[in-house]
Amino acid sequence: MNELKAKPIYLDYQATTPTDPRVVDAMLPYFTEKFGNPHSRNHSFGWEAEDAVEVARDQVAKIIGASSKEIIFTSGATESNNLALKGVMKFYGKKKPHLITVVTEHKCVLDSARHLEQEGFKVTYLGVKDNGLIDLEQLKAAITDETAIVSVMAVNNEIGVIQPLKEIGEICRERGVFFHTDCAQAVGKIPLDVDEMKIDLMSISGHKIYGPKGIGALYVRRRPRVRVIAQITGGGQERGMRSGTLPTPLIVGLGKACDIAMNEMAEENARIMELRDYTMKRFRDRLADIYVNGDETQRVAGNLNVSFAYVEGESLLMDIKNIAVSSGSACTSASLEPSYVLRALGVDEELAHTSLRIGIGRYTTREELDQAIDSICVAVERLREMSPLWEMAQEGIDIKSIEWAEH
Amino acid sequence: MAYSEKLIDHYENPRNVGSMDKNETSVGTGLVGAPACGDVMKLQIKVTADGIIEDAKFKTFGCGSAIASSSLITEWVKGKSLDEAGSIKNSQIAEELALPPVKIHCSILAEDAIKAAIADYKTKNGQGEVEAAE
Repeated sequence: MNELKAKPIYLDYQATTPTDPRVVDAMLPYFTEKFGNPHSRNHSFGWEAEDAVEVARDQVAKIIGASSKEIIFTSGATESNNLALKGVMKFYGKKKPHLITVVTEHKCVLDSARHLEQEGFKVTYLGVKDNGLIDLEQLKAAITDETAIVSVMAVNNEIGVIQPLKEIGEICRERGVFFHTDCAQAVGKIPLDVDEMKIDLMSISGHKIYGPKGIGALYVRRRPRVRVIAQITGGGQERGMRSGTLPTPLIVGLGKACDIAMNEMAEENARIMELRDYTMKRFRDRLADIYVNGDETQRVAGNLNVSFAYVEGESLLMDIKNIAVSSGSACTSASLEPSYVLRALGVDEELAHTSLRIGIGRYTTREELDQAIDSICVAVERLREMSPLWEMAQEGIDIKSIEWAEH
Repeated sequence: MAYSEKLIDHYENPRNVGSMDKNETSVGTGLVGAPACGDVMKLQIKVTADGIIEDAKFKTFGCGSAIASSSLITEWVKGKSLDEAGSIKNSQIAEELALPPVKIHCSILAEDAIKAAIADYKTKNGQGEVEAAE
């Protein structure tokens, strides 16, 4: 029993996922006997590797309703996001120097946008409503004749909310603006179709979908054609958009991960959703003053972002050190600022400091969740007994009525 | 982040958690920090007629380092005179718990809390400083 207790429980599936053993099995031969360079055109080693890459390209394309010719392999979603934004802006930016994105995007999108701003491009950062979703009217109003591209992530990494991709795609197409979406957290979690959703560019990550780390893809639409300026140049691989020898084993892994996700998504989502609802119900049955951050229905099954009022997130993490979850509180940074995503939602700063992100995934069991729920509840109760804010709340004192000296 | 054994001990087994009646004249209360910053510390002292701190209690909303800093300072001030307790420096707390640089503010908060509690006690008992503790 003690040994069982000591085994850490992984509930951080938005950070990364373990590689599915079926994916590893598919990859292994390409490290050893099938090690050829897929770009070697004059012998069987190269052909064999190239064939494997093309099978994988097709598997990646299928899960998003694309053609395999539209898939560019990269090192991951960060590189894909960089290539999409910088590549498009540098190609079209002379005539259309404007880019639109959202304040709750992943840092790699925001940072690419900042770099483009420094180079003289114009960027509009859309805010979000208190449920984490963008306001489509605001998007419409932000598009000008100078807008080249709109970049909106499909699923938020912190709060799991799903943006209205189809509606965004329609608005963009109608205005002749490209639509890029960071789908690192969306592929294999929600149905995606680049044609139905009118998506022009899409970033894909391997390690978020039970594939290997170090591999990702960028979907780049061919009709109507989207042009990007390569950010990594060299041998001109990937139709000139991304040079560098393709890592065959990683690509085979990404393809296999997409293939599995496509076949199992519906069933897996139903199972994970049930576990998530069960978890939330157990929290609500036992603890008062807990809040779900982000829209409760427009979100992926595996994400539960909860604020446990009056308990600071980092101390909670320290208490449940056997459970791997993530906190929205970034007290470890010198800035003492809580999550920018939660703040963008308008979550009270004190509540933003009390959030945990619980990520449920392919290998999560109900037993693990039971153990995690118990530990979290015990920790919350202990820390609330220690919390002056909880004490004030019980005495009926409104914390907002106190004049705090911000430090 | 790797924390020291002492810090973890104070976090896991905090000393002197609790509250005293803040309306009692022998009790001084300090409430410092702000919820929006992720740290609030309430520190209370019970002072004898001859000016010795006979008991101390705390409640803290904050990270593990903030909880450990408050726990430690309640241990340190017990049995001390108000002047002795008021001269505890945050650097002593930071050193004792081996706080990492990003957590130094937790020790500053603990120092502020004891100073605020002493000031509150003095104000209540008509001993000088008119300025409010909070």
